[in-house]
Amino acid sequence: MNKEQIHKIVTENPVVLFMKGSKTFPQCGFSGRTAQVLKACNVDFVDVNVLAEADTVPELRDYADWPTIPVVYIRGELIGGCDITTEMYQAGELQAKLGDLMNPTRRALIEPLV
Amino acid sequence: MSVIETLRQQLAVLEPTQIEIEDDSHQHAGHAGAREGGHFKLSIISPRFVGLTTMQRHRLVYDSVGDLKAVGIHALSIKAKAPTEL
Repeated sequence: MNKEQIHKIVTENPVVLFMKGSKTFPQCGFSGRTAQVLKACNVDFVDVNVLAEADTVPELRDYADWPTIPVVYIRGELIGGCDITTEMYQAGELQAKLGDLMNPTRRALIEPLV
Repeated sequence: MSVIETLRQQLAVLEPTQIEIEDDSHQHAGHAGAREGGHFKLSIISPRFVGLTTMQRHRLVYDSVGDLKAVGIHALSIKAKAPTEL
């Protein structure tokens, strides 16, 4: 995946997670945890497996100017990796940023991550 | 020089009042990425973080360390606080 494709996917989808593996089968603990945080927000998100194509990692590193995987984008804005996403979730900031993107019928079911 | 010593030296530019680095690699042994380098956990307190968002703090840390792989790091978990937040 090149920078143009990365730009297209983060601007055309409200929430995108670049990760190792997939949200159903993460291949790295940090990627898995980040997917879990987004799932806990009841938000639909697109997962991109950076291991699927050899050039995705270096292209993403350049595009995002961020050195590690996973990487979360919300409405085209770089949010950060696992630590930042988790911290924001625990502070309620992630939910505030997601706003209407969270499924309102299930919002009441959100429970804190352990 | 060990990875931890290298990290400490590179992060000195942030004038940390406290810095703790743990090697967590043993928890990730055998996983594919572990071949690139170790898993480290950094906890850093610096006056330079005052008024910055978490994202900006992490960027400062990454900018100070440079190429993580060259240092021998596959994954770096970061907790960055300002002295006023303790």
